[in-house]
Amino acid sequence: MNETLDKTNMTLRDRLKAFVDSFGLPRLIIAAFLLMLYIAAPIVGAGFWMQISNTINRFSWNAVMVLAMVPMIHSGCGLNFGLPLGIISGLLGATLSIELGFTGPLSFLMAILIATPFAIVLGILYGWLLNKIKGGEMMIATYVGFSSVSFMCMMWLLLPYHSPTMVWGFSGKGLRTTISLEGFYDKVLANFLQINIGNLSIPTGTLLFFAVLAFGMWAFLHTKTGTAMTAVGSNPTFAKAAGVNVDKMRMLSVVLSTWLAAIGILVYEQGFGFIQLYMAPFYMALPAVSAILIGGASVNKASIANVIIGTFLFQGIVTMTPTVMNNMIHMDMSEVIRVVASQGMILYALTRKTEATK
Amino acid sequence: MANNNAPLLEMRNIKKAFFGNQVLTDINLTLAEGEVLGLCGENGAGKSTLMKILFGMDVIRDTGGYEGDILINGEKVTFNTPFDALAAGIGMVHQEFSLIPGFTATENILLNREPKKKNVISEVFGDRLDTLDYNVMTGRAEAAIDKMGFHIDKNMVISEMPVGHKQFTEIARELSKDQLKILILDEPTAVLTEKEAEALLASIRSMSEKGIAVIFITHRLHEILAVCDRVVVMRDGYVVSDEPAANTTVNEISSRMVGRAVETTAKSEIRDKSDAKTIMSIRRLWVDMPGEIVRDVSLDIKEGEILGIGGLAGQGKLGIPNGIMGLYEAGGTVEFDGAKIPLNSPRKCLDASLAFVSEDRRGVGLLLDESLEWNVAFPAMQVQNKFLKNYLGGFVKWRDEKSIREVTERYIDELAIKCTGSKQKAKELSGGNQQKVCLAKAFALEPKFLFVSEPTRGIDVGAKSLVLEALRKFNRESGVTVVMISSELEELRSICDRIAIISGGKVAGILPASKPSEEFGMLMVSMVK
Amino acid sequence: MKNKITAGKILSFVRDNSVPLMFVLICAVCIPISGFSWGYLINEIVTRMGRNIFLILALLIPIMSGMGLNFGMTLGAMAGEIALILVSDWQIWGIPGVVLAMIISIPISVLLGAFCGKILNMAKGREMITSYIISFFMNGIYQLIVLYMMGSIIPIKHFSIKLPRGYGIRNTVSLLNMRQCLDNLLAVRISGVKIPVLTFLIIGVLCLFIVWFRKTKLGQDMRAVGQDMNVARDAGINVERTRIISIVMSTVLAGFGMVIYLQNMGNIATYSSHSQIGMFCIAALLVGGASVDKASIGNVFLGVILFHTMFIVAPKAGAEITGDSMIGEYFRVFVSYAVITVALIMYETKKRKHKSQNAQQLQLAQEEADKHE
Repeated sequence: MNETLDKTNMTLRDRLKAFVDSFGLPRLIIAAFLLMLYIAAPIVGAGFWMQISNTINRFSWNAVMVLAMVPMIHSGCGLNFGLPLGIISGLLGATLSIELGFTGPLSFLMAILIATPFAIVLGILYGWLLNKIKGGEMMIATYVGFSSVSFMCMMWLLLPYHSPTMVWGFSGKGLRTTISLEGFYDKVLANFLQINIGNLSIPTGTLLFFAVLAFGMWAFLHTKTGTAMTAVGSNPTFAKAAGVNVDKMRMLSVVLSTWLAAIGILVYEQGFGFIQLYMAPFYMALPAVSAILIGGASVNKASIANVIIGTFLFQGIVTMTPTVMNNMIHMDMSEVIRVVASQGMILYALTRKTEATK
Repeated sequence: MANNNAPLLEMRNIKKAFFGNQVLTDINLTLAEGEVLGLCGENGAGKSTLMKILFGMDVIRDTGGYEGDILINGEKVTFNTPFDALAAGIGMVHQEFSLIPGFTATENILLNREPKKKNVISEVFGDRLDTLDYNVMTGRAEAAIDKMGFHIDKNMVISEMPVGHKQFTEIARELSKDQLKILILDEPTAVLTEKEAEALLASIRSMSEKGIAVIFITHRLHEILAVCDRVVVMRDGYVVSDEPAANTTVNEISSRMVGRAVETTAKSEIRDKSDAKTIMSIRRLWVDMPGEIVRDVSLDIKEGEILGIGGLAGQGKLGIPNGIMGLYEAGGTVEFDGAKIPLNSPRKCLDASLAFVSEDRRGVGLLLDESLEWNVAFPAMQVQNKFLKNYLGGFVKWRDEKSIREVTERYIDELAIKCTGSKQKAKELSGGNQQKVCLAKAFALEPKFLFVSEPTRGIDVGAKSLVLEALRKFNRESGVTVVMISSELEELRSICDRIAIISGGKVAGILPASKPSEEFGMLMVSMVK
Repeated sequence: MKNKITAGKILSFVRDNSVPLMFVLICAVCIPISGFSWGYLINEIVTRMGRNIFLILALLIPIMSGMGLNFGMTLGAMAGEIALILVSDWQIWGIPGVVLAMIISIPISVLLGAFCGKILNMAKGREMITSYIISFFMNGIYQLIVLYMMGSIIPIKHFSIKLPRGYGIRNTVSLLNMRQCLDNLLAVRISGVKIPVLTFLIIGVLCLFIVWFRKTKLGQDMRAVGQDMNVARDAGINVERTRIISIVMSTVLAGFGMVIYLQNMGNIATYSSHSQIGMFCIAALLVGGASVDKASIGNVFLGVILFHTMFIVAPKAGAEITGDSMIGEYFRVFVSYAVITVALIMYETKKRKHKSQNAQQLQLAQEEADKHE
């Protein structure tokens, strides 16, 4: 019984096939498509450096939310379609920070501080629920996200917010759908050490902030607890037999994911410049899910590299397609391409046999 | 019919190997119309493989087919799928139920063979839109139940039935097939109450009177003697005896099942450790492990010995380590080294310096998608904080990749694990090497007490002796008490000091390994449930 | 003793029907607060029954074959919409238009359903999340066809439905000439309540079909596949094909349902009509007491009545209570999602029960043995 692959005897064609199989055809197509866009951009006159800075900018807004996918994938809870729950914690942090009168960079810090307990409490409840329904996480996560967003829609109207920058002007109560962050934490991270060379502008602060969180996640996965979490995702029975409390690890991963989503939305807001409430968080899980999958993750394996590559590819397509396609064929098909590419990627991942052999 | 003198079924020189492992050698078997044939043998003797060949199961073809001929009424046949076998009149009742839980007995008996009525829509859209003819269905189900001779409620939904009735529903399904000539019953009485088992024997007799030949596989030898015309005993892939049931006894059969020329590795000396202190004492243990239920086990294990636990499959021997180590729900008391071990908590067992090598390598034993390093070091890291570097006063416990690699490489050398390196993924190794990784994982915990469950299952002969040698060395050199659970009695006899036989979820007896295998054979079948 | 039994019965009845009962309660509270007249309410509910029931019935077949709630019914809705857009471009109105639209929707639905079924066969065990993502994926393709290919590749003549740029369909397509033509034919008014007899007749025929279908060989196979795929396969049933047929049937029925739905509405919101339809249909079915693995025609009718009563009265009642009309709007959306969430959770936890009963039995057996000694 020699199950090890004899790699020396493979022909080039076999190798190519093995590469495509391991990398995944859809992923290859998406990467090739993006490459084509970059080549086409200067030809059709859509400033190359502009495109690059746009992509980097959007990368910096979204990367943390994609990072939030990592812990739950590692612990075997699957793709976190319940990301909106974490986003809501972030929104509570953001609005309460402004309501309490904090301004400028301090308001960002306070938003994070206030969002944290919400994320932890909601994460614990969410984790407890997911532990009761092991195996059916993804569908229930989706609907937990939807329910919580629609529940908060009522709350945004009913909670006693008073800050005039946030409530509707005429009635004096109920939060607005979009709240400008000017004077609060608009671009606080992005403007820190920003680099501008011609058309290229790099939001160094935001990238650094993401780097710190990504490093933290990488480091966590190298600790005893992080190792246990990965083992739980890889084979829960093995972990149980090795004395690991499987439910506790899963719970921890859910809390981490929820907290990162809360931070992620705050980072997004500081780049975007507005807080979006009500139905805005509704579909925010899907771009993050497809981004990490495009980056090479599967339903039960993900790394920091997957996050970086995936976010870059996904945001590249989001920013490039409208301009390049418009210039090329005078037809804005970006929406269609984005939907087909991202949902197609998720479908591809769902139909793969889960690698963990049981 | 080609030849009226030919037996109904004849199997000639059947041979089968799985990946070079010979599991059946020159099997010859005949079966006459209406004859009841008892087939017995230890687990792994080749009974199931033989029946799978006869029934045309996919697994046989997927693993390279078989050699030899099967003749029905003197004509050679080849079954590519179970459906071919069914068409030729062979029916089989498997150990696992194959029933739709929400259907009635009638619907299950006629599953996918329902009588149908044509209608206008089905004329247009094809016969899958024919309506079912419930009257005819009821009639056929009743007829099959009558043929069986044991009454079950044909309108009862399977999920509400007592387990014995499910078994009878399966039998009725086979009987409802008009072409049925040979019925294979694979341990049908395992789930039956005593009364139901008697009813089944009666129904086998009545089937045989109606001309149906029955192959009856069971561990309950008295049942075989009660109902069979002929008894065939298999051992290690050979037929060791084939004679009329009237000429033999339970004792004879059981000794043939286990007795064999010992060809395994050099026997180690058998030590008498009865003076040593009792390191683990198990009292009134029950374990809810599906298929391996432990009912009431009390056992004392002496320090430094190698204790074997044997018995037939399904009798509960595997449940003992799995229950004590907290993998399945268990009750009773277990004392280790003078202190009580809380059950249902794997962590507490590991903390008390127990270790367990599971029989389910792929499911429990390994992280298949991770490197050997992770597999070897993981439990020791989690339980004993080994292979970690502490930073910030122990707040950060960082994985120490270097010491993990060192320990893995050490065990790769010591156990001669064939791999490309310590970073190779566990799933890429062969079964025997995977088993060694499982041992390395347990050794890395440096336990005082080790449970090893089926350590040689599914691995080749060379790897077998290496694994057993490693265990013996571990016991002798580190003084670790080892409890080894195995279905292979000879393997236990070659390495253990004492052997406990589990039968019907209870300890049937404990004997020194030097006793002849016939005595163990008697114990194995003594309390079979 | 007898009281105890009846009390137990009532308790288990309440537990088994908690979702419908909760909705009865919500409706009972909201109806008086909303201040709607009974006549108005009944009229509205009857209209909505005619509009929605056919669509919801399309969900029953995949549940029967064990594939859960078919979030992919959106695909059928898209097929229905494409058919209606074409028919209205050809200016075929009234009943012939409706019938033609249904016929055109069939090949599109079959194609989409077969695609969906194939994918779901590759994702066994997570059918629901996959069918949910398929509906998003197909929405992209739908946009590609309707927004870019119609008018450029697929000929569209009429400027009333085409975008000014020359290709693509406008945001709304009016079906004024087809509006409620099914509903009005043979309609009967009973004390002010308009009853769309023909629509109900069609629904009745579908109900009969479903009852009949359960008794066919195919229906029996689907039930078998739904309960245990492996057993069904061992018995010789072609599991994969049966599952695909079940999704195709559901998609085709959803296409018909969408045509009925839109002829009642009187216009197509080209890019959004289908997007929420799956969610509302599933919510309504669950409100009627169905679960992920079990649903009946009765669940459909009860569900539509309860869910839509809540839907009608919630905004008004919310406005009466809080003074903000949006609260009620959000409340009904929240309730729709919450109902699906709760149903999914109940289904998943139920799957994981039955354990540890066995363990108790073992312990009992030991105690029994002790007594005998």
